[in-house]
Amino acid sequence: MTPFTYVRATDAQTAVRLADSRHPGVRYLGGGTNLVDLMRETVERPTALVDVTGLSNEITETDGGGLLIGAAVRNTALAEHRLVRSRYPMLARAIVAGASPQIRNMATVAGNILQRTRCAYFYDQAGSRCNKREPGQGCDAIDGFNRMHAILGASPSCVATHPSDMCVALAALDATVHLNTAQGERRLPFADLHRLPGDEPDRDTVLQPGDLITAVELPALPLAARSAYRKVRDRSSYAFALVSVAAALAVENGTVTDVRLALGGVAPKPWRPLAAERALRGQPATEAVFRAAAAAELAAAEPLRDNAFKVELAQRTIVAVLGELAENGLAGGGA
Amino acid sequence: MGITVNGTAVELPDDPRVSLLDLLRDGLHLSGTKKGCDQGACGACTVLVDGQRILSCLALAVQYEGRSVTTIEGLGADGALHPLQQAFIEHDGFQCGYCTPGQICSAVAMIEELRRGVPSHLTVDLAAAAIPCSRDELRERMSGNLCRCGAHNGIMDAIATTYPAETHPGAAE
Ligand SMILES: Cc1cc2nc3c(=O)[nH]c(=O)nc-3n(C[C@H](O)[C@H](O)[C@H](O)COP(=O)(O)OP(=O)(O)OC[C@H]3O[C@@H](n4cnc5c(N)ncnc54)[C@H](O)[C@@H]3O)c2cc1C
Ligand code: SF4
Ligand code: FES
Ligand code: FES
Repeated sequence: MTPFTYVRATDAQTAVRLADSRHPGVRYLGGGTNLVDLMRETVERPTALVDVTGLSNEITETDGGGLLIGAAVRNTALAEHRLVRSRYPMLARAIVAGASPQIRNMATVAGNILQRTRCAYFYDQAGSRCNKREPGQGCDAIDGFNRMHAILGASPSCVATHPSDMCVALAALDATVHLNTAQGERRLPFADLHRLPGDEPDRDTVLQPGDLITAVELPALPLAARSAYRKVRDRSSYAFALVSVAAALAVENGTVTDVRLALGGVAPKPWRPLAAERALRGQPATEAVFRAAAAAELAAAEPLRDNAFKVELAQRTIVAVLGELAENGLAGGGA
Repeated sequence: MGITVNGTAVELPDDPRVSLLDLLRDGLHLSGTKKGCDQGACGACTVLVDGQRILSCLALAVQYEGRSVTTIEGLGADGALHPLQQAFIEHDGFQCGYCTPGQICSAVAMIEELRRGVPSHLTVDLAAAAIPCSRDELRERMSGNLCRCGAHNGIMDAIATTYPAETHPGAAE
């Protein structure tokens, strides 16, 4: 690790001010489970850390019937919260499908959202070329081992996936991110936070250096009480997703009246398959319709040498999760 | 302010780069906590912070100012083993022993998570107050601790016999 200074902030304004006076090279520190790891590999080399685990760790109901989740809420605390379990089961399930219990006890909501890709070439500071780590260097994954990489939304400069499970649920739930920046407070739809690589793969999000996530807000979404998260991985625990699906489905008299879908493991950002959602609304809740909707989204897939299997896997997982929700309408259940 | 380790006040390192794991092992010579991967993947470095299990390899020591850390040395003592330590001996819960301190710290906090009703990936009914803990559920909840020697069956037996009320009655079959 390269040397850095460390300071703690207990409120958002102080954190932003402390960061502002330490530019450039300053980073916020959450649970450290991603940042400390990357610093040890010298992939990240901050000169100053502002510890923001002292920010709000509260989960409160909003006037509109949604939830406001403080940026420093630990992943375990979010998954075990009574209202998350009853109103947004896909979120509780997505969190407990990720990492390990120890890591979930450390990880914060903001840190989870801003965790970086697990592309092995990105981590291999000494031995590999990576445009995300060193812009312009080239990408060793495109013609390398790319079984874990993206089939949607990638670019010729970077084909890495976003690794978070929690974010897949936040994307499906139409969450909003609350920010505190040097210019003041701001809100951003979660869907607009992460960006596709294009020709700037070093920028994972639209945030500017020093922008602080203070909270995540979930809207009231009655539909989500009937929701599920399914993750397909190489082993049954403690592994990143090959493909994952978060879904909420409302069916009346055999017709899909509303749906929320998001995919993980397939794209550089938590993927909201709007084409699939459009193909579902107002249609009969049948397997044939589910299949056609998944196919409509995956028509755009551009698999690499090692990951063509993900197209079929995503197709089948979407159909399976929707089928399960349509059949038993599990509240709090599901995969 | 420093941190408390096994009930004793300890000063924090001047260098913020020092992990909690390195502070424990190199600074305090508490070598019970093990370094397996140093990157969050094995669980050998698991310790308790205010009763919660965390990975000390990914924890900067300075971040834990004012907190209370318990390591395997704080759970039991020579001649006065923690009941779970005794059970690991009786049920062949280890071979080389390298993962064992992390397994035991992890299991002690895992039981508290069960008592609190924290859901896991295998929890069927998220709304249920009490979570039935099958053998598979125990394995899932301990999946953050790898054992290269494959002592997992003994580890599950040791946990299930030590905590019969929290683990499913059939868990120790
Ligand atoms: C072995 C292993 C396996 C894992 N498996 C999974 C998995 O299966 N699924 C999964 O989803 N995740 C997995 N993870 C990743 C884990 O979920 C993340 O490391 C964790 O969520 C990051 O949270 P943190 O609080 O520790 O973030 P940190 O490491 O502290 O920070 C991450 C980033 O967020 C920034 N940041 C933190 N807080 C703020 C804020 N308030 N405002 C602005 N920026 C901020 C930091 O500057 C940093 O860039 C795994 C991790 C490990 C080590
Ligand atoms: S896929 Fe992206 S992160 Fe991986 S090596 Fe290529 S540029 Fe780097
Ligand atoms: S040494 Fe910490 S998880 Fe392996
Ligand atoms: S007993 Fe050897 S690693 Fe577990």
